[in-house]
Amino acid sequence: MAEEKKGRYGLYGGQYIPETLIPAVNEVEEAYEKYKNDPEFQKELHDLLTKYAGRPSLLYYAEKMTKDLGGAKIYLKREDLNHTGSHKINNVLGQVLLAKKMGKTRVIAETGAGQHGVATATAAALMDMECEIFMGKEDTDRQVLNCYRMELLGAKVHPVTSGTMTLKDAVNETMREWASRMDDTLYVLGSVMGPHPFPMIVRDFQKIIGEEIREQLMEAEGKLPDAVIACVGGGSNAMGAFYDFIKDPGVQLIGCEAAGLGVDNPKNAATMANGSVGIFHGMKSYFCQDEYGQIAPVYSISAGLDYPGIGPEHANLSETGRAQYVPITDKEAVEAFEYLSRVEGIIPAIESSHAVAYARKLAPTMDKDKIIVVNISGRGDKDVAAIARYRGVEIFD
Amino acid sequence: MTRIAKAFENQKAFIAFVTGGDPDIETTEALIPEMAKAGADLIEIGIPFSDPIAEGIVIQEADIRALASGTTTDKLFDMVARVRQKTDVALVFMTYMNPVYTYGTERFMKKCAEVGIDGVIIPDVPFEERDEVKGYCEAAGIELVSMIAPTSKERIHMIAKEAKGFLYCVSSLGVTGVRSKITTNIAEMVEQVKQVSDVPCAIGFGISTPEQAYEMTQNADGAIVGSAIVKIVAKYGKDCKKPVCDYIREMKTAVAKHNVNQCQETA
Repeated sequence: MAEEKKGRYGLYGGQYIPETLIPAVNEVEEAYEKYKNDPEFQKELHDLLTKYAGRPSLLYYAEKMTKDLGGAKIYLKREDLNHTGSHKINNVLGQVLLAKKMGKTRVIAETGAGQHGVATATAAALMDMECEIFMGKEDTDRQVLNCYRMELLGAKVHPVTSGTMTLKDAVNETMREWASRMDDTLYVLGSVMGPHPFPMIVRDFQKIIGEEIREQLMEAEGKLPDAVIACVGGGSNAMGAFYDFIKDPGVQLIGCEAAGLGVDNPKNAATMANGSVGIFHGMKSYFCQDEYGQIAPVYSISAGLDYPGIGPEHANLSETGRAQYVPITDKEAVEAFEYLSRVEGIIPAIESSHAVAYARKLAPTMDKDKIIVVNISGRGDKDVAAIARYRGVEIFD
Repeated sequence: MTRIAKAFENQKAFIAFVTGGDPDIETTEALIPEMAKAGADLIEIGIPFSDPIAEGIVIQEADIRALASGTTTDKLFDMVARVRQKTDVALVFMTYMNPVYTYGTERFMKKCAEVGIDGVIIPDVPFEERDEVKGYCEAAGIELVSMIAPTSKERIHMIAKEAKGFLYCVSSLGVTGVRSKITTNIAEMVEQVKQVSDVPCAIGFGISTPEQAYEMTQNADGAIVGSAIVKIVAKYGKDCKKPVCDYIREMKTAVAKHNVNQCQETA
């Protein structure tokens, strides 16, 4: 909550990056401090969010799901209805607008599932920026359509073949690229991670999710939620949904991590359940790693949660007990994906399905006058082929 | 006088990097004393890391080979202890913060001192985060090598004033790796340092030819070569000793030309 020291959340955060990049992050920080309270910047961003991205997103009362589970009332925050189909657009419009103000002409970004890449390519197309996206080779194979989508939007996609060829390697490669070209380029980081000021900037651009939840629920129910549930990879949609409620101790905040084949199986990405404190990707936080600090190859059915770390503010929320983090397996997530599709006619992203899965466990244990808000961070169209494969159904996309 | 200071005493230093455990610990162990004999004044030993964000593809691949052969931080400490029996050359570990932090930063630095390591280079610990390691280094008598880059500009004075051992001057933007041309104004960078500090300046990133090494040490006090050596190790594997040492002799000769020139000038 309160930042004790620049870029720190308790013990966590910091700026652990090579000297070459320090002036670049300082430049971003100065620009952000200048524009964040600039009425003109805020108006431009507000216009983009409302007239282009479709905000505010709906807060939908999932009546059938509520009845079916027989406990707390369930509301779904529909970030899946945003332009480009996920919460990623909130951050990207902010950062690309900032890049424009900084006089940059080129943006680069990492992507896992492709949602952040698609959002960045979209904003770059809209604001006339060159755009290059780094994506693990394994993910370009898993998410072929999103790759083509980025190219349609005018971006160049670089498949990353180093390391485990997933999201962490895409981050490595984007950092390397940024270190070689900073003059005209901004690294548009996709989550509340990396060196300061990124965890702060991304959280600020995402906190609109929680602010809207508060307003919309006050209107619908006249009270605050009892629990807010969101999936966590790096943790941007969760931080966006949580942030406005940190000051309300009655609101339980629950992050759902990807447990892959199970927390006891090596094939998982449950950083809080299995990780330990480390320093990587510019930040001190929790990471899945071995006893010598080698970053572990992680696994999840969800390319967007397939990341061995978590944002530093989440690490602090966990340590202070303000938020809880729970592991959800592939199996539970896939079942939740299918459940929400059938019960509510909403196909959630496989990432968001991790949050839906936990809501299915939690709701029946709560009284009917309690309220749960589940952040549906993205839509599931991109995952249909993967879910079919998981179920052994052969389809050709 | 520390071993690092000795490497720069009355001469331009040639600094050689090798990834520890590439292709295996035995090869590195046999290689280091020979590198010193061939003319390396200071040797950087890379502790391999799964995600070396400041490295180009050559050292990334060396890290993967070293980790695949079972190299760990503990095995490298043991190796250095044995190597120290055979050579008095200055030895510096180069690695990333996570392997150090996870080992326990205090324990890591104490262990460095115990086995005969003289300094550490941690590229993802910039000036702003130096408190993460500085106190532990000082307590153990390990010199924490600072870095400046082409982007540092007005930061150079601040960093140079506190620099210990030697100052690692990054020659180019981007990551480590052989470059055909180095375009940064090295003379200006070094001059900035010398305005506030006597710490020796060594240039690294991109140097591979004797001509480059000679040119870089016109102003700087030393030249650092990594990827070019690691490439030879990659090509020859366990049989890399001779080709690596031949290369080091050639590079050292180029750098040492300045020493001869200096002598002539004084004479």
